[in-house]
This record gives sequence, structure tokens and C-alpha cells, in this order.
Amino acid sequence: MAKITVAVDGTTYQDEVEPRMLLVQYLREKVGKTGTLVGCDTSNCGACTVLFDGVSVKSCSVLAVQADGHEVTTIEGLAGINGELHPVQQAFHDKHALQCGYCTPGMIMRSVSLLKENPHPTEAEIREGLNGNLCRCTGYQNIVAAVQQAADALATAGGAR
Amino acid sequence: MTTTEAPPAEIGRPRTRKEDQHLITGHSTFTDSMVLPGMVHLAMVRSPLAHATITSIDTTAARKAPGVVGVWTGRDFPEQGGLACAWPITPDMKSPVHLPVPTDTVNHVGEIVAVIAARTKAEAVDAVELVDVQYSELPVVTDLAAARDGSAPVIHGDLGTNVSATWVFDSGAAGTGGDASAAIEAARSDPDQIVVERTFRQQRLIPAYMEPRSTVCDPNGAGDQITIWSATQIPHILRTMLTLSQGIPEGKLRIIAPDVGGGFGGKLEVTPEEVATIMVARQLGKPAKYTETRSETMMAAHHGRDQIQHLTMSARKDGTITGFDVDLTANMGAYLALVGPGVPILGAFMYNAIYKIPAYRFSCTNVFTNEVMTDAYRGAGRPEATFAIERMMDELATELGMDPIEVRRRNWIRHEEFPFTTVAGLTYDSGNYEEATDKALRHFGYDDLRAEQQRRRESGDRIQLGIGTSTFTEMCGLAPSRVLGSLSYGAGGWEAASIRMLPTGVVEVVTGISPHGQGHVTGFSQIVADRLGVPFENVKILHGDTNISAKGLDTYGSRSLAVGGIAVVKAADKVIAKAKTIAAHLLEASEDDIDFAHGSFTVRGTESSVTIGDIALATFTGHNLPDGVESSLDSEAVFDPENFSFPHGTHLCAAEVDTETGKVTIRKYVAVDDVGVVINPLLVDGQVHGGLAQGIAQALYEEAQYSADGQLTSGTFVDYLVPSAVDLPDYITDKTITPSTSNPLGVKGVGEAGTIASTPAVVNAVLDAVRQFGVADIPMPMTPARVWQAIQDGSTAAGSNSSSTGGAA
Repeated sequence: MAKITVAVDGTTYQDEVEPRMLLVQYLREKVGKTGTLVGCDTSNCGACTVLFDGVSVKSCSVLAVQADGHEVTTIEGLAGINGELHPVQQAFHDKHALQCGYCTPGMIMRSVSLLKENPHPTEAEIREGLNGNLCRCTGYQNIVAAVQQAADALATAGGAR
Repeated sequence: MTTTEAPPAEIGRPRTRKEDQHLITGHSTFTDSMVLPGMVHLAMVRSPLAHATITSIDTTAARKAPGVVGVWTGRDFPEQGGLACAWPITPDMKSPVHLPVPTDTVNHVGEIVAVIAARTKAEAVDAVELVDVQYSELPVVTDLAAARDGSAPVIHGDLGTNVSATWVFDSGAAGTGGDASAAIEAARSDPDQIVVERTFRQQRLIPAYMEPRSTVCDPNGAGDQITIWSATQIPHILRTMLTLSQGIPEGKLRIIAPDVGGGFGGKLEVTPEEVATIMVARQLGKPAKYTETRSETMMAAHHGRDQIQHLTMSARKDGTITGFDVDLTANMGAYLALVGPGVPILGAFMYNAIYKIPAYRFSCTNVFTNEVMTDAYRGAGRPEATFAIERMMDELATELGMDPIEVRRRNWIRHEEFPFTTVAGLTYDSGNYEEATDKALRHFGYDDLRAEQQRRRESGDRIQLGIGTSTFTEMCGLAPSRVLGSLSYGAGGWEAASIRMLPTGVVEVVTGISPHGQGHVTGFSQIVADRLGVPFENVKILHGDTNISAKGLDTYGSRSLAVGGIAVVKAADKVIAKAKTIAAHLLEASEDDIDFAHGSFTVRGTESSVTIGDIALATFTGHNLPDGVESSLDSEAVFDPENFSFPHGTHLCAAEVDTETGKVTIRKYVAVDDVGVVINPLLVDGQVHGGLAQGIAQALYEEAQYSADGQLTSGTFVDYLVPSAVDLPDYITDKTITPSTSNPLGVKGVGEAGTIASTPAVVNAVLDAVRQFGVADIPMPMTPARVWQAIQDGSTAAGSNSSSTGGAA
């Protein structure tokens, strides 16, 4: 067992974990962050995407011990303290960019990271940027539209978030 | 009281969804996220072989492993019953016993041979490695044709054959048309006719819902109840079938479908995993959870499609079809799934599609192989049918040198001919194929694209352009119970709803459908808001828990709105009827003089009115009701449609083929769908988009492949190509609206339309691009390797093929 200290959604956790434990297992089973979901076992689907020190990672591809001393943001930590939705969350709702909602946490977290990397993406850049996240319901068109709306909203807000 | 402003009509508004908030903030309730005190976690030991006798299972080491509380083999579950097939398509259909945990023989890779329960999932999975199973291998059958013709070894020895059943429809015998065999024979010797004969392969697909299946069972519910949470589309059917197959009294079972992460037919099943979880929980007296990995989903959950389609069409040289014969071989897999045998039969009524075909014959032979079962996958029988006929229409056009749109026009049912009884015996209530096609052609810029296609051909451009058409219809809104009865289906097709008028103005609607992403909560709220004249926000939709929604038949077959939504309307109308009596009493008027509109009852010709909310409160207090009137507005209704609904549309695809790499890129995709009256255009577009993605994926990307020894070689998302955002185009969608006449809202289904329509449009487009190289067909999925190879083979084989320029270029 290894001792780790991880900040998740603003709270610091200290835990003993098996070295083989994946970050997504740690988040779901130890920290109770069940908003982060598991869709595959080959790191293809991206449902488990979280921000790791502000950058998107598939949390099935990171060991919990690698998160020692780092900061993780999950879908549950994205909205403001008063419940105000992040512009990406708002855009997913506005554009009907989710149906069953299973890919959604990962899709939103990846979109947040994408817009940090490239605040003004073209449609092609959005599609390329979401290539590692699979959705079976929407056919992606409305997800692309949501990222476009969020890009506009973030630009209007001065990219403050 | 004064007259109130009429609120904007809810039906037709692009309302954003009520369902979203908890899903976008991470407060979802998917089954695997559920944790109960004392819960054990399960892992499955699965067969690595496709066909074998289990000679021994040694669980000693696994039982001693840390955290393991129990290990069960099939023999440790004497209570288990065979999983039931609910659709015996013929009286003599052969159906093998399908135990959830087999005791003697495994018949496909991934069958459960032992179940492990442990304190943690990790401990359970670790112990899987310690179970020693010895097998004696048996011959493996994966070839459909060999399974059908008797040349393959018999899989289930007691059945004596690999053929489960053969189901035939003949329009001559049924009296709905002529004798197709005779018509085709006559055409063969008629110089004014041609006969087109083709064989297509409907490859096997994997539903690939994003949420792997998961089940939690608490055997210690209040009142001796066994509570089961499951990632299922069918909580009600699951409940009934668990009683029928496992002998658990129905009254003990409470099934809850919490948030369910997609289904597409793939969660229309009563699974071995569900039964195993329940059996372990009951034996231990502790809650148990089983969640499969993606690899287990791919390997052990049911697949879809998988047919060989042999098609023969006769037509006059002006393009008029004179006869059509369909001969299918359908792969059931190793067992018969819940509705698996009936899936190809659903297609029987759709091969004639939108066309006036005078003579039609359909025959389907269901066969067993050592592969996982097939069952419903988005469209279920109808995509296969639509693919076949729409491919054949293009083949006919090619053979005759006609424009593919023109060939369709010559044969389709004209708008003024509705209602139209087809050669398959269905009566299409409404449709307007001309309008949908004309609209699609305008969006598409058909003539310009044909001109560009010609330019690219003439210049020998590396990128060749092809245009594909699909003018489709489908039958949906499963289903009229009498029709299902005539097809020997084991249940009805009605749907139930109830409405509770709460004293504070909230309207609780309980529906028997079980949504898993479609947006029914939002759509049904709109319907009820309009019907009862209450605010959208005040309508609360409840579903997916058999203790709350006691009666229902769940969600599949594009039935939720066209059947379930109508049940809600019927219940609302009963609420209004009850309220009217009380309104007349409160307003001291005759009931005959009361009008109801926008939530208010008014005495005709006066300003005197009372709202339905006021009446709900009056029934709550009960202080002033007419004599003999029950103190409740609450109502329930069951709706059983008299007919299906028949959405239709025209889809056009322009595909670019890179002739040097074989890569296909969809340049433009236009979908004009007629789904009748639209409750919420946002939701309809979402359904169409998602449907298109899955239909395009069949054409270009997806295939479940088995090796000759029955190993699934496409068993992960690495090998099975579920398309991502870069693999799919931007879709141009539009609608025509021809209201259905078979229900009071005029609605039709939409969930499966995109999938049903799109596959042939894409395949026709790719072939239209490469026929010039002598390519006659390319099997699906049309991967770069296959397209490239077809171009190479076609160019050498057919060098000077000048007759098949494809379409009217």
C-alpha cells in the first residue's frame, strides 16, 4: 500500500492505496466521486476524463499513486460553489449535447481542456480535439455546437475561467 | 375571474431537457455507482472456448483467496431456470435450454462458468484467475451457410439440427398480392423484363451503449421484497420474465432502472448476469453487485444484425417492379435471445418498403452458431430490410441505366394513394414521399453534385464522388397487440400511464416506458402541459421503478411516444373528464355548458371559470364535491394502438472516395425525415443525429468478427470501431410533417429512423463512386482496405466496363 495526498475538487484527501489502483477507481471507490464514469477498459472511450493539474487526462490511464501531490478536478468540481454552471456545462444543456449522459462527464472535461488549449477552435479542430471521447447517442453534431457556444461564452467572459 | 392569456403551445417547442442537470454536474445515478451496506462484488469466470464440455471446475484456490466470500459453479445454482425466449416464431421452433450459468457445456466464448463474490471488485477479479476449469473441446460452427445447409456439425445435439425455424410470408398465399416465384420466373423469359439477383451480407454489430451493464440486487427489501437495480431498457419485462424463468414470485420483485447509459436494443434482454447476481444475493442474504467490463460487454452481451440476404427482383425495363423474393439466413448465435428469433421477422413487412410491389415472398431461416446471441439492435430487422431494398433499387437503376431517384419515383406509393395496403399486408396510414424527396434534393444540390461527379470522372481525379439515395419507411410504435399475437410474440404491445393531480399544482405522470437517454421526461411534460393547461415546470414524470410504475412494457421499437405518449394523453383526458363534473358543480352550471381550454373550465358565454388546479385542491379538501363523486382526479389509461406508425424520409449521401487509399469521406449528408407531428424538434434532431451515426457506422466502420474457432477478434474498442467526432460528418436535417392518423397526436416514432435509413444511402454512394472501376459490390463495413482492394480487383477484372456508370451522370 502507498500513502498518497491528492486534492480533488478542492478537498485534500490522504489515503493508503494499492499501487495498482487506477485514478478512476480511486476517485469512484475511495473519494466517492461517482460522477466520473468508466466506459471501457482500453482507454478508448474517455468517459473517465478529469483534469489533472488543469489538463485533461483519462483517469483510467493514470495510477492513483501518480496523483500524489497533484490536483484533480472532476465533473463534480466544475460548477461554481453557488451551483452556477461552467459555460461548457451550460452549453451542453443548451445545445442538447447529451442524451443518456454517460459520456458527458468525460466529454465536458475534455471540452474544458480543449478550450484552454485552443480558445477559438474551428469545427475541424473541435472534432479532432474530441477524438479520444466516444459518444454513442448524439452523433456528435450537438456536442460540436456546444463547444462552439462555450468558446464564444468564454471569449465574451474574457476567458476568466 | 377573467380570461387568461393562452400560454404558448408546448408541443413543437424546442425545450431544453429536464433530464440534463444531474447528468452535466456529475450527480448521476448509474447502477455501478450504487453502494449498499455489506454489499459483495461479483466477477465472472467466463469460457475462453466457443464450444466445449466442462469436464471439471476446481474452485478450491479461489475460495481461499483474500476477501472471497463465495464461489459458485452452475451446479451450485440448483434454483436456476433456463432463460426464456419470448418469441416462438413458429410452433416447431427449436430452442435449446439456456442456463444463466451452464453446468455441462459452453456454446460460445464468454459464457459464465463460475461466479465469484468478494468484499471488493479487485479481490473478486483476482480470484477469477484461481478457478481451474478443464474443458473438452467440441467442433465450432461460425459459418451461417454451413449451419443452414446441414454441412456443419450440430451444436445442440438434442435438437438434431442447427436450424431453429423457418418463417415464410408469401403474398400469393396471404392474398395480399401475387405469387412472387411465378412472377420472377415469368420475367426470366420476358424480353421486356429483367431479373436482378444479389446476395448481401448484413454484418454482425455490437450495440456499444456507453454504459456497460450493471446489476445490484438487495435481497432484504422491506416486505420480503427483492430489489434489483439494473442497467436495462425493460424493468417491467425483466420482472415478468424473472418470474416466468426463475420462479421468483412476481410480487417479490421490485426492478429499478435508474439512470441508464444508452441501450439501442442492447439492453432489451434478460441476462445471465442479472440472474447470477440475484442468485448470489439471495444465497448470501447480502446485497450483491456485478458490473461488466467493456470487454465482457463486447463478448457476452447480445449482438445485432448478422444475416445473409439473398434477393431476387424482377422489373419491367421502364423500372416498374413486378416481383421480389427475399431469402434470409439469420444468425441467432448459440441460443435464442429474448426476442431474437423475431428480429429478422420484423423486417418481413418492410422489404417492400415504400414501393408498390405486386408479388412478394419472404423466407427467413434462423440458425445456431457458436457465437453470442443476436437480438434487438437499433432498428431490429428494419435496417436490414431497408438496406436490402434500397440497395436493390440502386442495382435496378444501374442495370437499367436509369437515375436511382427516377426508379424510386416510378414505384413508390403516391401521396394521393394513402391509406395504402401493402403487399406485406400492412396499411400505411399516411406519407408523402414526393415532398420529402423534393426537399432533400433541394438541400442536397443534386444536379450540381452530379455535375461535379462527372467532372471528376472525366478528369480521372484521385478523389471520386458518389451519390447514394435511401427513400425509406419503417413500421414503429411497437405495437398493436393483435398483430404481435398473430406473430406469436409472447406479450402485448400496449402501454400504460397514470396521472396524479397533487393539491399544490404538481402533476405527477407515471409512465410504463423506460427512457435511457431519449428525453421522454421533457417531451411527455410538454404533452401533459398542453393537454391539461398546466405549466411545463409543474409536470413531474416518473418511470423506471416497478413499485412506482407498476404496469408497463418499456422502451424499444420507437414506441415510447407513439404508444406510451398516447397512454399519457388518454389518462389526461380522463382527468379532464373527472374534473369537468366537479367544475360544473363548483360553477353551478350544467356539465354540458362547460368548456375546457388552457387549464380552465368556463361556463360557456360567461366569465365564470375555475382552473384544473383549483379542482385538484377541491378534491384534496373534499369539502364541496357533488354527491357520489370520488374525491380524486387521478386517472390511469392503457393504450393499445390499432396500427403501427410509418415514419419515412429521404436521405441523400455524397461520399468522396480516395482511389489511392480507399478512404471514404462523407462530403454531404441530407436527411429529410417525416416523423409526423413533432413534440420537440430539439429531441427529434438529436434522435436523428444519433441514428445516422449508428447507420453510417454500419456502412463504414463497425463489424463484430469471429475467427473460425469462435473467438471474438473485435472484442474491445481498439478493434471495434465506434466512430468518434472526426469520423462523422455534419448532418443537414429537415422534416416534412404528415401527421399519423393512427394516434390522436399524429406522432410517429423517431428513435430508429436515422439508423434504418442511412446505411444504404452511404453504401450506395460509395458504390456510385467506384462502379466505374468495375466494382459490383463491397461488403460492409466499407473500410479503406476493402474499398481499395475492390478498386484494384475491379480495374483488373472488368477493365473496360462501360455499361455501369452509375446513376444518371
